[in-house]
Amino acid sequence: MIYFIALNAIIKREAFRFVQQRERFVAALVRPLIWLLVFAAGFRAALGLSIAPPYETYITYEVYIVPGLCGMIMLFNGMQSSLSLVYDREMGSMRLLLTSPLPRWWLLTCKLLASTSISILQVYCFLAIAACFGTVFPVWGYISILPALIVVGLMLGALGLALSSLIRKLENFAGVMNFVIFPMFFLSSALYPLWKMAESSLVLYWICAVNPFTYGVEFIRFSLYLQPNAGAAAISISASAVFMIGAIWGYDPARGMMKSKS
Amino acid sequence: MTGLDIQNLSFAYGDKVALKNVSFSIPRGTFTALLGPNGAGKSTLYALLTRLFVTQEGSISVSGHSLDHNPRKALGEIGVVFQQLTLDMDLTVNQNLRYFAALQGISGKAAHARIAQVLAQVNMSERANETVRKLNGGHRRRAEIARSLIHNPSVLLLDEPTVGLDPQTRASITDHVHDLAETHGITVLWATHLADEVRDTDHLIILNKGEIVDDGICGDIRKEHDLASYFIAQTSGAK
Repeated sequence: MIYFIALNAIIKREAFRFVQQRERFVAALVRPLIWLLVFAAGFRAALGLSIAPPYETYITYEVYIVPGLCGMIMLFNGMQSSLSLVYDREMGSMRLLLTSPLPRWWLLTCKLLASTSISILQVYCFLAIAACFGTVFPVWGYISILPALIVVGLMLGALGLALSSLIRKLENFAGVMNFVIFPMFFLSSALYPLWKMAESSLVLYWICAVNPFTYGVEFIRFSLYLQPNAGAAAISISASAVFMIGAIWGYDPARGMMKSKS
Repeated sequence: MTGLDIQNLSFAYGDKVALKNVSFSIPRGTFTALLGPNGAGKSTLYALLTRLFVTQEGSISVSGHSLDHNPRKALGEIGVVFQQLTLDMDLTVNQNLRYFAALQGISGKAAHARIAQVLAQVNMSERANETVRKLNGGHRRRAEIARSLIHNPSVLLLDEPTVGLDPQTRASITDHVHDLAETHGITVLWATHLADEVRDTDHLIILNKGEIVDDGICGDIRKEHDLASYFIAQTSGAK
């Protein structure tokens, strides 16, 4: 019972902060919409996509990149939550959270579930706007992607948590942008199918193939068409577990996450 | 029973020693001032007491519960006021307190009643629905103290809680926390570098360069000297 009281409070607080930070909400939507409405429009003529699962017919580039953009929203949100943790920690409230008598793994799980809920909310807002602009998917697809969104949200949120335990200062977030967000996004199947990448460079193809974000995007893509992709699901779930273990390790008092400040 | 018992506590950041063989005991319901210059090891001690770090050597016991062996029970006995503000500036005092109550597992009517009680304790009842951003520094500190008392802790740890406040507000908050120890039987450990916050009847511990240099009743320690001069003499050479 006590566990769920804390979970409820942490999710409510995260949601309240998110609603308060309207510019963050708008930015979270504008970024993928620019990709969808500008970038994709420009590239649709240049890029021909042959038919490959889960697609059963020829699709436009806009349709192809939507699952990748859902992943992008979750990637940015996961990292932004880590930014808020660094900020929290500097302001003292993370310290307070960690001095709660509840087990630390549970407190971190609560934080993770809270940031995942916000990510999912953003993805659905994005899908609604995309639908208004004519990029629509099978109706049941909007429901069947929910488990995939939860898993991918947890995976990227856990990665953010793990990184936040290592980041010493707020300014280092720029480094996370350059060395985590961009490589993860561009070296994945978010913007182009992997077989296209293989045609250009086998090395890059293999990097994309070991990037867990690729599997997150594919999990979302297949779920959107109600098709199973056990491999992508299994890798996304395993990556979530590994990142979460990393986060719990990073915040282990025996390691002393605050030691880095001195 | 002791409120807080620390035995042979040592801690180092790599090669840099922060605490050297620190031992002291605080009886229940006692106001203890931990006086030390900047860099004396006060914040490290608080990080250990709140389990942000785990002890490398030595032991900490809070109201009879070992922080190493029974951390959840021990943490449940502790209320803490950090140097930094921990309240969300855009939430009301009440909303902030509800959040912290939930982190302690208190919700619904029980939280409502407890919040009313702790706000009354720090004379903040009428500010319950104001956002923290609108409060002055003194009221923010009081709200922090109210927040730290929500789960009815037996030990209250305050790490330089009066930093940045004017002299009247400092005096008022210091008096208030003394009162909490006297009338509510709460064990208080009050870290400061300001000698005027310590009363002659207080239990005083002077920490310098990670070591305890004095431990006793303030009046007995300073004797005929003024505490501020005595403190400077004891810690001169510190950074």
